[in-house]
Amino acid sequence: MPEQFYWGLEAALNGLMTGVLYALVALGFVLIYKASGIFNYAQGVMALFAALTLVGIMQGQVPFAHLINAIFGTDVHHFGWHLPALAGIILTLGVMILFAWIVQKLIFKHLVGQEPIILFMATIGLAYFLEGFGDIMWGSDIKALDVGLPQGINSWLDETTFNAFNYGFFIDNLDVVATVIAAILVAALVVFSQYSKQGRAMRAVADDHQAALSVGINLNFIWVLVWSLAGFVALVAGVMWGTKSGVQFSLSLIALKALPVLMLGGFTSIPGAIVGGLIIGVGEKLFEFLIGPMVGGATENWFAYVLALIFLVFRPQGLFGEKIIERV
Amino acid sequence: MNDNEPYTTADGRKIGGVLMEMKNITLRFGGVKAITDISFNIREGEIRAIIGPNGAGKSSMLNVISGFYIPQEGEVWYKGAPRPQMKPYEVAQQGIARTFQNIALFEGMSVLDNVMTGRLNHMKTGIFAQALWKGKAEKEEEANREQVEKVIDFLEIQHIRKTPVSRLPYGLKKRVELARALAAEPSLLLLDEPMAGMNVEEKEDMSRFILDVNDEFGTTIALIEHDMGVVMDLSDRVVVMDYGKKIGDGTPDEVRSNQDVIDAYLGVAHD
Repeated sequence: MPEQFYWGLEAALNGLMTGVLYALVALGFVLIYKASGIFNYAQGVMALFAALTLVGIMQGQVPFAHLINAIFGTDVHHFGWHLPALAGIILTLGVMILFAWIVQKLIFKHLVGQEPIILFMATIGLAYFLEGFGDIMWGSDIKALDVGLPQGINSWLDETTFNAFNYGFFIDNLDVVATVIAAILVAALVVFSQYSKQGRAMRAVADDHQAALSVGINLNFIWVLVWSLAGFVALVAGVMWGTKSGVQFSLSLIALKALPVLMLGGFTSIPGAIVGGLIIGVGEKLFEFLIGPMVGGATENWFAYVLALIFLVFRPQGLFGEKIIERV
Repeated sequence: MNDNEPYTTADGRKIGGVLMEMKNITLRFGGVKAITDISFNIREGEIRAIIGPNGAGKSSMLNVISGFYIPQEGEVWYKGAPRPQMKPYEVAQQGIARTFQNIALFEGMSVLDNVMTGRLNHMKTGIFAQALWKGKAEKEEEANREQVEKVIDFLEIQHIRKTPVSRLPYGLKKRVELARALAAEPSLLLLDEPMAGMNVEEKEDMSRFILDVNDEFGTTIALIEHDMGVVMDLSDRVVVMDYGKKIGDGTPDEVRSNQDVIDAYLGVAHD
């Protein structure tokens, strides 16, 4: 086998792993969009905020330290403790649920029945607010996040493939773990929404508000639940990306990569988000590998968007989205 | 006649005391009065009809009962106590199920899933047990499933249980909506024009189902209907509304001979 082929295969495999992370972010979008028709622009910032909070809690950072110091002339920075990762994750999850509750209570409860564009604008506002809030609360410096996930080259895979093909595949352990966790998360979400009481209620609310009310579903509760789930997904995505490249404010930009994923997969489909993420992940890596050298590289920046554009022209509802049929 | 005295109808159904009482209900939308000072009651086990010409305020009345509208004046008494102001989902949790004039089903879900949503209030397992999908939740799901199958059998929709609702014809959709309301085992079942837009055959089917539901489960039913013939055959007592006011109340025979009713509705619209 020519070496070129292995290189391509390796690129595709790595793309698959990146795709999983795209899919994770896209999943957060789909959850909220399905249940409330809100396209949540703040999903990426939520991932950032979750990661910031996790680092802050684990390292015992004092929230709003700069603000407190500026006002009271004090000099507080740390509580002086270090929490284990699991405790930090549980506490952060609590914060995300609280966030979901506040968002529903203060914003979306008052916007029920409004035009989608108004809801969308509200989430843009929310995104900028949350970004600034995260800054004030935890500071804007880049932080390392280590929750004990394995990192570095997977030597077992490297050796096995080297023995088999005389070419060692370079796969990051973190990517493997991320893939496994994402797979479990997706399976759990599907089971939850298909078979549980709350899942059924969630789908009911997504389908018809009036009918949902008439069978005794508390819409507000379901929306808080959905935002909490999206917050949880954001936390998982934030942990993965944060571990990979540090917790920094550019993290919120991964939300932009989720957009083409959604256009490919369809805004209303959980499997669509997964498949869309994988296609984009693999596609951009392969494209970079095959076509990149001919056009001077850096294709990863635009490939996803061009692919999404093509999809918009030929299949606007995405691969798995609900078909839009207008009856006359 | 004392409204609280239980009695047995000619066809052997037992009618109990007052289940729900509307006391001097007035409902306004801005300056428009949809309902003006209306009082009537619904007794346990009876089929109570609300009739009237278009725009009489019938649907508004049903929406007041089910909590979708909140009247500016008057009280709603349920099971012997005044009902505080409630959200529609709280009313549903109190055992009042309803259908809609324009069918409000979960179009993307199967018939079975739709009917299962009617059981949501009977599922008590907490969110975490549900998420973990442990034995208790499973057992509960099974018990609820049994009740749902009973309803599906009863309304003869077994053959479409797995079909997505969006693919069903109108008449069957109406029946699925009834099934969903029935699955909740309601104390009071509200039907908003259950036969609107149906052909003669479908109407006959629906009438039979309404009678059977009342007979078999003893469910109290309040329904709104346009079709006079159907109402007179179905109901034990009838409220007649016109321009938001009550102009008649009584057995079908009493209502039929009420001059106000004849003037407002029967005499003009029929024969």
